[in-house]
Amino acid sequence: MRMKLNYRTVIFAIAIVFGVFFSVPSLFQTQEGKKVTLGLDLQGGLHMLLGVKTQEAVKSRIKSIAASIKHFSERKDILVDSLSFDESVISFTLLDSDDLKTVQEYLAEIEGAIVAVNAENISITLSDEEIIRTEKQAISQAIETIRNRLDQFGLAEPVVARQGEEKILVQLAGIKTQEEEQRARELISRSAKLELMAVDEDRAARVYTMSDSDAAAYGDVILEDVANSKIKHLVREIPILDGGMLTDAHVGFDQNNRPLINFSLNAEGAEIFGDFTGKNVGNHLAVVLDGKVYSAPVINERIGGGSGQISGDYTVMEAKDLAIALRSGSLLAPVYLMEKRSVGPSLGADSIKASMVALIGGFILVIVFMVVYYRVAGIIANIALVANLFIILAVMSLFGATLTLPGMAGIVLTVGMAVDANVIISERIRELIYQGVSIHKAIEDGYANAMRAILDANITTLIAAVVLYAYGTGAIKGFAITISIGILASMLTAILGTHGIYTMLEKRIQKSKNNRLWFGIKG
Amino acid sequence: MEFFKYTKTFKFMGKSKFAMLVSLVLVLGSLALLATKGLNYGVDFAGGTVVQVKYNTAAPIDDMREKLKHDEIFDGSSISEFGSPEEVVIRMKTSTGNVTVDIGDITREALKGTGEFEIRRVDIVGPKVGSELKEKGIMSLILAVIGILIYVAFRFEWRFAVASIVALVHDVSIALGAITLVGLDVNLDVLAALLTILGYSLNDTIIVFDRIREGVTNGKNSELSDIIDESVTRTLARTTLTSLTTFFVVFTLFMFGGEIIHAFAFTLLVGVVVGTYSSIFVASPILLAFGFDVKNYHIKLAQKAKREAEKQRMRDQFESGVM
Repeated sequence: MRMKLNYRTVIFAIAIVFGVFFSVPSLFQTQEGKKVTLGLDLQGGLHMLLGVKTQEAVKSRIKSIAASIKHFSERKDILVDSLSFDESVISFTLLDSDDLKTVQEYLAEIEGAIVAVNAENISITLSDEEIIRTEKQAISQAIETIRNRLDQFGLAEPVVARQGEEKILVQLAGIKTQEEEQRARELISRSAKLELMAVDEDRAARVYTMSDSDAAAYGDVILEDVANSKIKHLVREIPILDGGMLTDAHVGFDQNNRPLINFSLNAEGAEIFGDFTGKNVGNHLAVVLDGKVYSAPVINERIGGGSGQISGDYTVMEAKDLAIALRSGSLLAPVYLMEKRSVGPSLGADSIKASMVALIGGFILVIVFMVVYYRVAGIIANIALVANLFIILAVMSLFGATLTLPGMAGIVLTVGMAVDANVIISERIRELIYQGVSIHKAIEDGYANAMRAILDANITTLIAAVVLYAYGTGAIKGFAITISIGILASMLTAILGTHGIYTMLEKRIQKSKNNRLWFGIKG
Repeated sequence: MEFFKYTKTFKFMGKSKFAMLVSLVLVLGSLALLATKGLNYGVDFAGGTVVQVKYNTAAPIDDMREKLKHDEIFDGSSISEFGSPEEVVIRMKTSTGNVTVDIGDITREALKGTGEFEIRRVDIVGPKVGSELKEKGIMSLILAVIGILIYVAFRFEWRFAVASIVALVHDVSIALGAITLVGLDVNLDVLAALLTILGYSLNDTIIVFDRIREGVTNGKNSELSDIIDESVTRTLARTTLTSLTTFFVVFTLFMFGGEIIHAFAFTLLVGVVVGTYSSIFVASPILLAFGFDVKNYHIKLAQKAKREAEKQRMRDQFESGVM
């Protein structure tokens, strides 16, 4: 007797071919083809959620406006007294009211600045929109900067993405050692804010007897030395220039073959730097990085060309990371840790092993049970189950979905739930056979009767899975994905696929009259 | 092989009073546990830090405690074995916001000299993220329940929807009670397990309800309790079988899935058992208690069919009139 193909078996066969074909790259880790990515919990890695201290960006915007006013007044020979700033206001006094017009014209150019003039006293604040803009920019800039830095760090496919309004998600797979993690974290969080500051020559000798507020009264600030925190430097609070004018930074070596960093400034920076060094020969210049003084050499002559060096007591590796950070630009605002999950590669491997044991163990149990209970009907259900697994893997590979530990659990669970449809169908068929209807009618009505229940049951589970996906984070999303794909695939395999097989075998079942063999029941 | 014969109908509803009593005791017991002992929120929801350490030999827990005493950052921390004697987790209520030096690093330093160890996992959840996750978690449970309620009400009848939700609340409460009883940490994975229980238990309930709907629509019998008994009996084989296969896989997950997935598997294990029980002994009796009237439903169905027929007749008339 010939078995006729029908549209259901054809679709099922195509689905199986699709499933096997697209799961091969993931199963055998071939070079070509799309593969399932393992989640950080399975392959090991670092997951961080960072927040941005945006108010710091506003503060530093104020500071840089103050610096530009100082430079402007010096260039134009405008006499300015008591130029100072706090967290939100810059204020100064003009000694000559004739300069007011020039100064006002200059200040009007500064974006988002609100200028209040009271006789010769001028104060500058930022508009609310400007503050919001600055804060928003700080976040986007932090994402951009961190991404740039990590791209140069040399790890495969770092993920840096915005999460919600103001959080930054950083995911680094394949971090193998503690040292590597430490380096990556330092690179990410380093402000890399380079400032060139003038040493207050008149009062430098008194630095050890001064308090911070004493220094502030003179418009100075006390900074620690990077090599030894006991050594203090007294520098002018308003920097000569900052790292925003930096165009390049790379590792070089001094005459003793110790690593140092060479940096270059843009045209504007070079001009300011040249002007300052020209006027201050014999004085000290402090090279300040992230609030620490790296060196404070004496200025021997005017330095044109806009390049300089940062020397410090660091290793080649540290110098390299520092150069990356400087090149990628400084963070406008510091970042802080909101959430961190780091998994060592050995733990990930253990998790894979354990969940594979569970998957295979559960799978074998279910398969054996189905054959014992339903005989051939059980075998048909098992074919659908295996096809289902392949399709889940194939779909996940195609979408480049991430397989997490809860995702593995989701697949294990799908094995248990996917046979449900076949159990329902088989029970319906058995019932109809007991009622004495023909095999053809039993199969067709069995599927028809079972359909409603299966659909309703699957859709409600899908509702729960969709909610999980929408509200879940990270690994939990992986669980929702595998469950959803599993449910959808089971509709194809367990309902359509097995129906096709029954239709194909129908005549043979009728002829054999052996319900025990085919459905595991008497008679 | 067959577990149940279709020839005999079990009188489930006759036992429903006793089952309700058992359920009531279990649910009230769980709620009492939740109220007194309370859920043990893990780092995901409470915020804090978990450091998982693996030693080459059995972990020197006393030695570790001694070492951790020196730094006040570890005040109120607890050390417990994790799956094997070599492996331990240190749980802390504190979290650090510093990206460069976090509690993981501090722990590594502090444990120096306690033997050869490897830090395999560091989870730090800041208070803000923790409360956000909690909010989202509760939201997701509520949304899932609402979504399901609407769907079931649409597909069946509102009494079916309410009955299935009561069964869900029953299952989730008992699962939470069991979690509290054994003192598991409630993290995101437990939440995922709870949502899976929602879906799973509902599956079971819907299969039974589907049969009841069928019995109500087709059957001559207008006694609801008889219809329920017959429907539950007819689906008993399926309920048992699916529960068994799911139980198999969840059980292997529980046994061999590793310590990290333990809480997840445990929650599911309880959920599968309770979910199966509730679809037979909780959801259906509640349908009965709500006074679902089969005759009324028949009348409604007949009216609906009449309306449809009327519409069809009008359409036919209209079409033939036009032509």
